[in-house]
Formats: sequence, C-alpha cells, structure tokens
Amino acid sequence: MNFQLTKEQELVRKMVREFAVNDVEPIAAEIDKEHRFPVENVKKMGQYGLLGVPFPTELGGAGGDHISYAITVEELSRVCASTGVICSAHTSLCAWPIWAWGTEEQKQKYMIPLAKGEKLGAFGLTEPNAGTDAAGQQTRAVDMGDHWLINGAKVFITNGGYADTFVVMAMTDKSKGTRGGISAFIVEKGYEGFSIGKTEDKMGICASSTTELIFQNCKVPKENLLGKVGDGFKVAMSTLDGGRIGIASQALGIAQGAFDVTVEYMKSRKQFGKKLSQMEALQFEIADMKTRIEAARLMIYKAADMKDKHLAYGPQSAMAKLFAAETAMYVTTKAVQLHGGYGYTKDYPVERMMRDAKITEIYEGTSEVQKIVIAASVFGK
Amino acid sequence: MSFKIIVCAKQVPDTNEIKIDPVKKTLIREGVPSILNHDDANALEEALKIKDQYPDTHVTVVTMGPPQAKDMLLECLAMGADEGVLVSDRAVGGSDTWATSNALAAAIHKLGGCDLLFAGRQAIDGDTAQVGPQLAEKLGLPQVTYVTEFKIDSNMKDITVKRAMEDGYELIKIQAPCMLTAIKELNKPRYMSINGIFGLKNKEIKVWNAKDIEVDLATVGLDASPTNVYRSFTPVPKGKGKMIEADTDTELAQKLLINLKAKHVI
Repeated sequence: MNFQLTKEQELVRKMVREFAVNDVEPIAAEIDKEHRFPVENVKKMGQYGLLGVPFPTELGGAGGDHISYAITVEELSRVCASTGVICSAHTSLCAWPIWAWGTEEQKQKYMIPLAKGEKLGAFGLTEPNAGTDAAGQQTRAVDMGDHWLINGAKVFITNGGYADTFVVMAMTDKSKGTRGGISAFIVEKGYEGFSIGKTEDKMGICASSTTELIFQNCKVPKENLLGKVGDGFKVAMSTLDGGRIGIASQALGIAQGAFDVTVEYMKSRKQFGKKLSQMEALQFEIADMKTRIEAARLMIYKAADMKDKHLAYGPQSAMAKLFAAETAMYVTTKAVQLHGGYGYTKDYPVERMMRDAKITEIYEGTSEVQKIVIAASVFGK
Repeated sequence: MSFKIIVCAKQVPDTNEIKIDPVKKTLIREGVPSILNHDDANALEEALKIKDQYPDTHVTVVTMGPPQAKDMLLECLAMGADEGVLVSDRAVGGSDTWATSNALAAAIHKLGGCDLLFAGRQAIDGDTAQVGPQLAEKLGLPQVTYVTEFKIDSNMKDITVKRAMEDGYELIKIQAPCMLTAIKELNKPRYMSINGIFGLKNKEIKVWNAKDIEVDLATVGLDASPTNVYRSFTPVPKGKGKMIEADTDTELAQKLLINLKAKHVI
C-alpha cells in the first residue's frame, strides 16, 4: 500500500493546475454566464494531451494512468466544472469504450484522433423514457444487410453540440430485453439522418454542451457496430463504471475549488473586529469540509488504481462517486454560507460552484442509482 | 547530423514568496517552492520552437545546482527537451558568476559544443545577467543579449534577432554558432505536456560532478570566486508621496517648485 503520488502524477497535477489557472479560470465566469462552450481551451487540452491521459501512446494517448486522469479532471474542475466534464465525457464515455470494445480498425480510425484530442467524443445512452433503466430504450437499430438503420432520439448528451464521434446505444432485438437486446454503435457527426436537437438550458455546468441527438433513418456502416450484436448493455455498464471516476473527480475538483477560495476569503474578511479565519465556529466548518474532501480524494484514487490494476472496481467507483458528489454539495453550500451575502452573488465563484455541484449527484447515475450498485455488491443482484 | 541546441537554465526560488532573514541577512529558502527561472523558460521555448519546425534538432538543458535541481530538468524534458545535464558537486558550490560560467563552459565543452546556445537574460534570484555573456566569451561564441525576436533561416546558419534596448531595438544578423539570451517578450513558454510527462522514462538526465566535466578545480567554487555577496537586505520602503493640489496649472507648478527647493532637490 502506498499513498504517495508518483513523480509523474505530481507533475500531471502541476501541469494541469498551471493550465487551469492561466487559461481556464480567467474565462470560467464568462463562459458560464454566456453559456459558451470553450472551444479554444478544448483545442489546447488536446494539444497538451489532456484528452487522452489514460490511453497508450500507440493509440494516440499520453501513456498515463487513471489516477493521472482523475487528477486532470479534478484540477480542471477546481476552477471550471464545465471544462472538467468536457474532458471526462470525452475520455471516459467515448474514447474508453472504443479502446475497450473496439476492433483494431475502429481503434485506428476513431480512437487515435480522440486520444490526440483532434476529435471530440460523446456518449448516447439516455432517452426521454430510459436513463439508467436501459430496458426502456426506444431507439432502434435494424440490420439492413449492408448497413444499420437507426431511428430514435437521445437526451442530455454531454458534448453533444461539439462532438465529432458518438458511441450510441440502440435496441437491436427487443425480445431479448436489456441484456442481449441492446447494441452499441459508433456514429460520426454528419452521417445522413443524424442531427443535433435541442440544447438544454441548465442550472449549472452552463458552458458544457448538453443536447438531444436525433436519428431519422440514420445509416450507420456495418463495421461501426461496437462489440458484438447484443453487447450494448455490457458496453454501457462497463463504460459507466469508469465514467463515475471522472464525475467523482469533477465533484472533488468543485469541492476543492470552493474550499480554496473560501479559505482565502476567510483570511481577509473581518467582522466584529476579527478575521473570519480567527473564529473557532467557522474554523470547525473548514475542518469538516477539508476532512470530507480528503476522504473523497482517497476513495477516487483507490477506484482509479483498481481500474489500472484490472480489479473489479464497479462498487468502489460507485461509492467514490456517491461520496464525492455529496461532498461537492456539502462543501459548496457551506462555502456560499461562509461568504455570506457575497457568496450569493455572481461576483464570487462559489455561487457558480454550488450550481455546478448539483449535477454530480444526478448524471452518470444518480446518487440513488449508486446506492443500488453498492447495495447489490453487498446483497447480490 | 542534427542541429544541436544547448539551453542553460537555473532552478530558482519563487520570488513571489521570498523573504530575507532579518538577522542572517540571507534568503530564507525553507518552504519556498523552487521553479524554472522565468527567462530560462523563454530560452527553452525558443529552442523547442526550432525543434517543432525542424524535428532533426536536439535540445539539451544544462544546469548547475544541488541534486534537487533535477526536478527542474524533469519539467524541461516534459516540455519537450531531449536530455538534461545537471552539474552537481560540493566543489562547485558557492560559485559566483565567473566560477559558474567556468563550470558550465566545461560541461558544454564535454557535450561537444553546440550550434546554438540559449540562456535566459538573468536569474530572478541573483539578477546579474552575467553568466550567459561570460559563457559566450569562454566558449568563443558571438553573442546577442536581450533577444526579443528570433528567426533562423532554413540553412540553419543565418539568424536574425531583434535586441531590446532601453529606448528602442537593434536588428542584428548573426550566424550560428552563437549565444543568445532570452527575455520574456521573446515568447510565451509552453506547459509541460501529459505525453511529455509520461515520456520521461525514455529520456536521460546526466548528473556530472567536477571530475566528469574536467574543470580546473582552482576556477570553481566559493574560494575561486572573485566576487562575493557582501550583504543582503530588504530595501527600506520610501516614504509616502505628497500630493500637491492647486486650482490652476501655474499655481501647481509654483507649489511644486517651492517644495523641491525646500528639499534642496533643485
């Protein structure tokens, strides 16, 4: 057991923090207000290897590990949760399943440009009537002999408006139900019959793009089936296990960011002739916040380490995501409280951070779904 | 044959956090983070830009310092340099600029020289701006300091640089091999890349002692240094400025004149 980061992991934190502080933080409030996807920073993230951290260099990745990936999302989210989730959805939900389930040809064609950050990825599972309950999938893919024909719609797709490559789930045989009835496909932007629908107007992570995907007789080449026919549920579930590490890291980053600005605020803000940092009742709040953040970090890094070691990490990543998301809500709510009236204004970043934190309890499996996963590991399915 | 660039860099304390011990009058280094000297980062960036354009370029970063200066070299390699050399030996400790340039010149000689030698203008701890020029003299290279723009011809020989002056600039044509010192206006240094960080295991940092660089021990170290720091101190802050107010410009000028005369400034 070793709780020390490696030299490389320390350098990853240093590098991503420098990038985040110099390039991401200065525009975080502005892109939140304008609901603007930070195209310029996403391009830079690709150039510096931030969009392919855990993948091998032969496939265009940086040759890193999943703890480094977690650190990357954490440090980005410390200053801008929208930028953090762009990296997380791209890496965990699109590049990863192609890496894990793709054929050699699919990896060459799709994985390399994704890992290099030349292309952006997204993942389409959720539908209006089927989120985690994948059995309700209404999007259908029909084998037409020389191609697949997809019809249906997806909602709440992160990166939807800016992605080039999509991993999409569709029902191929309803009679087989969830397991065996769903298949995964790689869909490119620009395919005939594929379009982007409504862009959601959200409470938080406003600079990320969340859209509908619409398939109207969308023709997908036969070779774009990801995994075998009927593997879709397995592809989706294995992908979400890893995705939870990304979202947990995003939640951790939000909490750490809110914590850091609150500590600085308390050192300068004076009331009743004393700095807030000198008041014991408020110091105790900070102690609670720091303790939870540290616990969340350890749980996330453990899940990431287990993933790197190819251990069964599903329940661990569910626990990490559940706890980190609750920590993000707890810490950002306290951070706003400690800022008083100023914290409720958009002049201070904690207002944005509190809005951003909420989504981490909802997407890639709500906290309740994480509890189902965790409980199933205790009592069996 | 590849184009060889050597960049001289220094690990320095982050001056944003620097304090001077009021009793010992020396810099308090404990707990102060160490960083790659800013101007040296600009020097490295310019070398890496040449490598971006002409991939058959080999960039070596050379530094002298304590063993922990290796951390700075790792960052240089993660930015894209090909190899690092750390000259580290008690025998060279306490060197002033003259002794430092003797040791670095020996290390560069040992590396077989180079086609282009880059250094930062000056280090933020000593602020002398002497080591680069001294190196050029000792290696017999022509030099241009305060480089704010740099262009090399595809023949890898003809170089045009813009040299910042206090009141303008000089446009200078020079040929490789030569020595140039970079200032912050030259470029914006890149970050390390994640690929660079995980590629570190394939790159080498050579750690050389005084014997390795075959330097005359009488020319390095504290005892060989012709200069030494007499005293370090925090300058006493000047008093607050005095605001002069008046209704008209003429009256304002008169009041100013009276004040200056009273203080015997004029």
